[in-house]
Amino acid sequence: MHLSSDETIFWQHGFFKLNGTIVFTWGLMFALAVGSMLITRKLSTDLKRSRWQNLLEIVVTGIEQQIEDVGLRNPKKYIGFLGTLFLFVASASLCTVIPGYDPPTGSLSTTAALALCVFVAVPFFGIAEQGLGGYLKSYMEPTVIMLPFNIISELSRTLALAVRLFGNMMSGAMILAILLTITPFIFPIAMSALGLLTGMVQAYIFTILAAVYIAAATRGPRAKPAPTPDITA
Amino acid sequence: MDNMTLIAIASIVTAGLTIALGSIGPALGEGRAVATALSSLAQQPDAASTITRTLFVGLAMIESIAIYCFVVSMILIFANPFWNHVIAQTASK
Repeated sequence: MHLSSDETIFWQHGFFKLNGTIVFTWGLMFALAVGSMLITRKLSTDLKRSRWQNLLEIVVTGIEQQIEDVGLRNPKKYIGFLGTLFLFVASASLCTVIPGYDPPTGSLSTTAALALCVFVAVPFFGIAEQGLGGYLKSYMEPTVIMLPFNIISELSRTLALAVRLFGNMMSGAMILAILLTITPFIFPIAMSALGLLTGMVQAYIFTILAAVYIAAATRGPRAKPAPTPDITA
Repeated sequence: MDNMTLIAIASIVTAGLTIALGSIGPALGEGRAVATALSSLAQQPDAASTITRTLFVGLAMIESIAIYCFVVSMILIFANPFWNHVIAQTASK
Protein backbone atom coordinates (compact mmCIF):
# COMPACT_ATOMS: atom_id res chain seq x y z
CA MET A 1 0.00 0.00 0.00
CA HIS A 2 1.06 3.54 -0.76
CA LEU A 3 1.77 5.01 2.68
CA SER A 4 3.55 8.29 2.01
CA SER A 5 5.13 10.35 -0.72
CA ASP A 6 8.51 8.89 0.32
CA GLU A 7 7.75 5.83 -1.74
CA THR A 8 7.29 7.49 -5.13
CA ILE A 9 10.79 7.70 -6.52
CA PHE A 10 11.36 9.90 -9.55
CA TRP A 11 15.06 9.50 -10.07
CA GLN A 12 17.72 7.36 -8.46
CA HIS A 13 21.47 7.34 -8.71
CA GLY A 14 23.33 5.14 -6.27
CA PHE A 15 22.73 6.42 -2.75
CA PHE A 16 20.80 9.49 -3.87
CA LYS A 17 17.08 9.16 -4.28
CA LEU A 18 14.80 11.89 -5.55
CA ASN A 19 11.53 10.90 -3.94
CA GLY A 20 8.10 12.53 -4.07
CA THR A 21 8.54 14.34 -0.76
CA ILE A 22 11.58 16.28 -1.97
CA VAL A 23 10.07 17.08 -5.35
CA PHE A 24 6.75 18.31 -3.96
CA THR A 25 8.41 20.27 -1.16
CA TRP A 26 10.66 22.10 -3.60
CA GLY A 27 7.75 22.64 -5.96
CA LEU A 28 5.72 24.22 -3.18
CA MET A 29 8.64 26.33 -2.00
CA PHE A 30 9.23 27.47 -5.56
CA ALA A 31 5.56 28.32 -6.13
CA LEU A 32 5.27 30.22 -2.84
CA ALA A 33 8.52 32.14 -3.25
CA VAL A 34 8.09 33.04 -6.93
CA GLY A 35 4.42 33.84 -6.42
CA SER A 36 5.00 36.29 -3.60
CA MET A 37 8.01 37.76 -5.38
CA LEU A 38 5.92 38.44 -8.51
CA ILE A 39 3.09 39.95 -6.47
CA THR A 40 5.23 42.17 -4.27
CA ARG A 41 7.32 43.41 -7.20
CA LYS A 42 5.14 46.46 -7.70
CA LEU A 43 3.13 47.33 -4.64
CA SER A 44 0.85 50.33 -4.59
CA THR A 45 0.06 52.39 -1.53
CA ASP A 46 -2.94 54.29 -2.87
CA LEU A 47 -6.50 52.99 -3.00
CA LYS A 48 -6.15 51.39 -6.42
CA ARG A 49 -4.31 48.10 -6.07
CA SER A 50 -4.15 44.77 -7.81
CA ARG A 51 -6.29 41.89 -6.62
CA TRP A 52 -3.24 39.77 -5.85
CA GLN A 53 -1.92 42.46 -3.55
CA ASN A 54 -5.28 42.49 -1.80
CA LEU A 55 -5.11 38.72 -1.36
CA LEU A 56 -1.62 38.83 0.15
CA GLU A 57 -2.58 41.71 2.44
CA ILE A 58 -5.56 39.74 3.74
CA VAL A 59 -3.35 36.70 4.39
CA VAL A 60 -0.57 38.65 6.07
CA THR A 61 -2.80 40.82 8.27
CA GLY A 62 -4.90 37.77 9.18
CA ILE A 63 -1.86 35.80 10.35
CA GLU A 64 -0.56 38.87 12.18
CA GLN A 65 -3.87 39.28 14.00
CA GLN A 66 -3.93 35.62 15.03
CA ILE A 67 -0.35 35.79 16.34
CA GLU A 68 -1.20 38.89 18.35
CA ASP A 69 -4.31 37.21 19.80
CA VAL A 70 -2.16 34.38 21.14
CA GLY A 71 -0.20 36.83 23.24
CA LEU A 72 2.88 37.81 21.26
CA ARG A 73 2.96 41.56 21.64
CA ASN A 74 5.15 42.31 18.63
CA PRO A 75 3.82 40.07 15.82
CA LYS A 76 5.99 41.67 13.07
CA LYS A 77 9.02 40.01 14.63
CA TYR A 78 7.59 36.50 14.47
CA ILE A 79 5.48 36.57 11.31
CA GLY A 80 8.47 35.64 9.14
CA PHE A 81 8.78 32.30 10.90
CA LEU A 82 5.18 31.53 11.92
CA GLY A 83 3.65 32.81 8.69
CA THR A 84 5.99 30.64 6.62
CA LEU A 85 5.06 27.59 8.66
CA PHE A 86 1.36 28.29 8.18
CA LEU A 87 1.59 29.00 4.46
CA PHE A 88 3.70 25.91 3.79
CA VAL A 89 1.51 23.48 5.74
CA ALA A 90 -1.71 25.03 4.44
CA SER A 91 -0.64 25.02 0.79
CA ALA A 92 0.75 21.48 1.17
CA SER A 93 -2.69 20.24 2.15
CA LEU A 94 -4.65 22.53 -0.19
CA CYS A 95 -2.73 21.27 -3.23
CA THR A 96 -4.16 17.77 -2.69
CA VAL A 97 -6.90 18.79 -5.14
CA ILE A 98 -4.24 18.47 -7.87
CA PRO A 99 -4.25 14.89 -9.25
CA GLY A 100 -1.01 12.99 -8.83
CA TYR A 101 0.09 15.12 -5.91
CA ASP A 102 0.95 13.68 -2.51
CA PRO A 103 1.19 16.12 0.40
CA PRO A 104 4.83 16.30 1.55
CA THR A 105 3.50 16.77 5.09
CA GLY A 106 2.25 13.17 4.88
CA SER A 107 5.85 12.06 5.34
CA LEU A 108 7.32 11.90 8.83
CA SER A 109 10.62 13.43 7.66
CA THR A 110 8.96 16.69 6.59
CA THR A 111 6.91 17.08 9.75
CA ALA A 112 9.90 16.17 11.92
CA ALA A 113 11.91 18.88 10.15
CA LEU A 114 9.15 21.44 10.74
CA ALA A 115 8.88 20.44 14.40
CA LEU A 116 12.68 20.71 14.77
CA CYS A 117 12.46 24.26 13.37
CA VAL A 118 10.03 25.09 16.17
CA PHE A 119 12.26 23.28 18.68
CA VAL A 120 15.19 25.53 17.68
CA ALA A 121 13.14 28.71 17.25
CA VAL A 122 11.65 28.65 20.76
CA PRO A 123 14.97 29.06 22.64
CA PHE A 124 16.21 31.39 19.88
CA PHE A 125 13.38 33.87 20.37
CA GLY A 126 13.39 33.27 24.14
CA ILE A 127 17.09 34.14 24.48
CA ALA A 128 16.72 37.11 22.13
CA GLU A 129 13.94 38.47 24.33
CA GLN A 130 15.02 37.58 27.86
CA GLY A 131 18.75 36.94 27.60
CA LEU A 132 20.40 33.58 28.24
CA GLY A 133 20.02 33.67 32.03
CA GLY A 134 16.42 34.75 31.95
CA TYR A 135 15.51 32.05 29.46
CA LEU A 136 17.29 29.27 31.36
CA LYS A 137 15.64 30.47 34.54
CA SER A 138 12.22 29.95 32.95
CA TYR A 139 12.93 26.19 33.11
CA MET A 140 12.97 26.45 36.90
CA GLU A 141 9.53 28.00 37.13
CA PRO A 142 7.65 27.61 39.55
CA THR A 143 10.28 25.62 41.53
CA VAL A 144 13.57 23.82 40.83
CA ILE A 145 11.78 20.47 41.21
CA MET A 146 10.01 21.15 37.91
CA LEU A 147 13.30 21.33 35.95
CA PRO A 148 13.30 17.73 34.58
CA PHE A 149 9.61 17.90 33.77
CA ASN A 150 10.04 21.15 31.85
CA ILE A 151 12.84 19.58 29.81
CA ILE A 152 10.73 16.46 29.15
CA SER A 153 7.79 18.60 28.05
CA GLU A 154 10.06 20.51 25.68
CA LEU A 155 11.03 17.24 23.96
CA SER A 156 7.64 15.57 24.05
CA ARG A 157 5.80 18.51 22.56
CA THR A 158 8.23 18.54 19.63
CA LEU A 159 7.46 14.86 19.06
CA ALA A 160 3.75 15.57 19.42
CA LEU A 161 3.90 18.39 16.84
CA ALA A 162 5.60 16.12 14.31
CA VAL A 163 3.44 13.04 14.84
CA ARG A 164 0.17 15.01 14.97
CA LEU A 165 0.65 16.65 11.58
CA PHE A 166 2.03 13.44 10.04
CA GLY A 167 -0.79 11.30 11.42
CA ASN A 168 -3.50 13.64 10.25
CA MET A 169 -2.16 14.05 6.73
CA MET A 170 -1.34 10.35 6.35
CA SER A 171 -4.71 9.22 7.69
CA GLY A 172 -6.47 11.49 5.20
CA ALA A 173 -4.67 9.90 2.24
CA MET A 174 -5.11 6.43 3.76
CA ILE A 175 -8.87 6.75 4.30
CA LEU A 176 -9.26 7.96 0.70
CA ALA A 177 -7.30 4.99 -0.63
CA ILE A 178 -9.35 2.52 1.43
CA LEU A 179 -12.66 4.15 0.46
CA LEU A 180 -11.76 4.09 -3.23
CA THR A 181 -11.58 0.31 -3.08
CA ILE A 182 -14.91 -0.01 -1.23
CA THR A 183 -17.16 2.75 -2.61
CA PRO A 184 -15.61 4.32 -5.70
CA PHE A 185 -18.41 6.89 -6.25
CA ILE A 186 -19.32 10.15 -4.47
CA PHE A 187 -18.22 9.19 -0.95
CA PRO A 188 -14.46 9.68 -1.53
CA ILE A 189 -15.28 13.21 -2.73
CA ALA A 190 -16.96 14.05 0.56
CA MET A 191 -14.01 12.58 2.45
CA SER A 192 -11.49 14.56 0.40
CA ALA A 193 -13.47 17.75 1.14
CA LEU A 194 -13.21 16.82 4.80
CA GLY A 195 -9.49 16.21 4.24
CA LEU A 196 -9.08 19.78 2.93
CA LEU A 197 -10.78 21.11 6.07
CA THR A 198 -8.59 18.92 8.30
CA GLY A 199 -5.51 20.16 6.49
CA MET A 200 -6.41 23.81 7.10
CA VAL A 201 -7.22 23.15 10.76
CA GLN A 202 -3.91 21.31 11.22
CA ALA A 203 -1.99 24.15 9.58
CA TYR A 204 -3.72 26.60 11.91
CA ILE A 205 -3.03 24.43 14.94
CA PHE A 206 0.61 23.89 14.07
CA THR A 207 1.13 27.66 13.76
CA ILE A 208 -0.86 28.52 16.87
CA LEU A 209 0.95 25.93 18.97
CA ALA A 210 4.33 27.22 17.74
CA ALA A 211 3.17 30.76 18.59
CA VAL A 212 2.03 29.65 22.05
CA TYR A 213 5.40 27.98 22.74
CA ILE A 214 7.28 31.06 21.58
CA ALA A 215 4.99 33.29 23.64
CA ALA A 216 5.65 31.14 26.71
CA ALA A 217 9.41 31.36 26.14
CA THR A 218 9.54 35.11 25.49
CA ARG A 219 7.25 36.13 28.31
CA GLY A 220 9.19 37.24 31.36
CA PRO A 221 8.65 35.70 34.76
CA ARG A 222 5.03 36.08 35.68
CA ALA A 223 4.40 38.78 38.27
CA LYS A 224 3.21 37.56 41.63
CA PRO A 225 -0.57 38.01 41.95
CA ALA A 226 -1.43 41.15 43.84
CA PRO A 227 -2.84 40.49 47.31
CA THR A 228 -6.62 40.61 47.11
CA PRO A 229 -8.08 43.56 48.97
CA ASP A 230 -9.94 42.59 52.08
CA ILE A 231 -13.57 43.05 51.17
CA THR A 232 -15.08 41.58 54.29
CA ALA A 233 -14.12 44.54 56.42
CA MET B 1 1.76 -22.61 15.14
CA ASP B 2 5.10 -21.26 14.04
CA ASN B 3 6.58 -17.86 14.89
CA MET B 4 5.29 -16.23 11.73
CA THR B 5 1.65 -17.06 12.42
CA LEU B 6 1.98 -15.97 16.05
CA ILE B 7 3.47 -12.63 15.06
CA ALA B 8 0.80 -12.08 12.42
CA ILE B 9 -2.04 -12.85 14.87
CA ALA B 10 -0.53 -10.70 17.61
CA SER B 11 0.05 -7.73 15.28
CA ILE B 12 -3.40 -7.73 13.71
CA VAL B 13 -5.29 -8.21 16.98
CA THR B 14 -3.17 -5.58 18.73
CA ALA B 15 -3.65 -3.11 15.88
CA GLY B 16 -7.42 -3.46 16.14
CA LEU B 17 -7.39 -3.21 19.92
CA THR B 18 -5.07 -0.17 19.81
CA ILE B 19 -7.32 1.91 17.61
CA ALA B 20 -10.52 0.66 19.26
CA LEU B 21 -9.50 1.31 22.86
CA GLY B 22 -7.43 4.33 21.97
CA SER B 23 -10.30 6.19 20.36
CA ILE B 24 -12.70 5.77 23.31
CA GLY B 25 -10.92 8.23 25.56
CA PRO B 26 -10.37 11.01 23.00
CA ALA B 27 -13.98 10.63 21.78
CA LEU B 28 -15.36 11.12 25.27
CA GLY B 29 -12.95 14.00 25.88
CA GLU B 30 -13.81 15.77 22.62
CA GLY B 31 -17.51 15.38 23.32
CA ARG B 32 -17.12 16.98 26.72
CA ALA B 33 -14.97 19.79 25.32
CA VAL B 34 -17.42 20.62 22.52
CA ALA B 35 -20.41 20.46 24.88
CA THR B 36 -18.77 22.84 27.33
CA ALA B 37 -17.67 25.18 24.55
CA LEU B 38 -21.21 25.27 23.12
CA SER B 39 -22.77 26.11 26.45
CA SER B 40 -20.23 28.86 27.08
CA LEU B 41 -20.83 30.17 23.53
CA ALA B 42 -24.53 30.36 24.36
CA GLN B 43 -23.79 32.24 27.56
CA GLN B 44 -21.21 34.63 26.12
CA PRO B 45 -21.56 35.09 22.35
CA ASP B 46 -19.20 38.08 22.57
CA ALA B 47 -16.25 35.84 23.42
CA ALA B 48 -16.93 33.62 20.41
CA SER B 49 -13.54 34.11 18.72
CA THR B 50 -11.52 33.35 21.84
CA ILE B 51 -13.64 30.32 22.73
CA THR B 52 -13.47 28.96 19.20
CA ARG B 53 -9.70 29.34 18.97
CA THR B 54 -9.11 27.72 22.33
CA LEU B 55 -11.56 24.97 21.42
CA PHE B 56 -9.77 24.21 18.17
CA VAL B 57 -6.35 24.07 19.80
CA GLY B 58 -7.71 21.93 22.63
CA LEU B 59 -9.48 19.59 20.24
CA ALA B 60 -6.28 19.12 18.26
CA MET B 61 -4.42 18.29 21.46
CA ILE B 62 -7.05 15.71 22.45
CA GLU B 63 -7.28 14.34 18.95
CA SER B 64 -3.54 13.82 18.72
CA ILE B 65 -3.86 11.03 21.31
CA ALA B 66 -6.17 9.18 18.95
CA ILE B 67 -3.75 9.95 16.12
CA TYR B 68 -0.88 8.37 18.08
CA CYS B 69 -2.94 5.20 18.44
CA PHE B 70 -3.70 5.31 14.73
CA VAL B 71 -0.02 5.68 13.86
CA VAL B 72 0.89 2.77 16.13
CA SER B 73 -1.74 0.52 14.56
CA MET B 74 -0.61 1.55 11.06
CA ILE B 75 2.98 0.66 12.00
CA LEU B 76 1.78 -2.72 13.30
CA ILE B 77 -0.03 -3.47 10.06
CA PHE B 78 2.12 -1.94 7.31
CA ALA B 79 5.61 -1.44 8.76
CA ASN B 80 5.90 -4.08 11.44
CA PRO B 81 9.60 -4.53 12.41
CA PHE B 82 9.06 -8.03 13.91
CA TRP B 83 7.22 -9.19 10.83
CA ASN B 84 9.97 -7.85 8.57
CA HIS B 85 12.57 -9.61 10.73
CA VAL B 86 10.78 -12.96 10.42
CA ILE B 87 10.32 -12.48 6.68
CA ALA B 88 14.03 -11.71 6.28
CA GLN B 89 14.93 -14.83 8.32
CA THR B 90 12.70 -17.10 6.23
CA ALA B 91 14.07 -15.61 3.02
CA SER B 92 17.67 -16.23 4.06
CA LYS B 93 17.00 -19.91 4.86
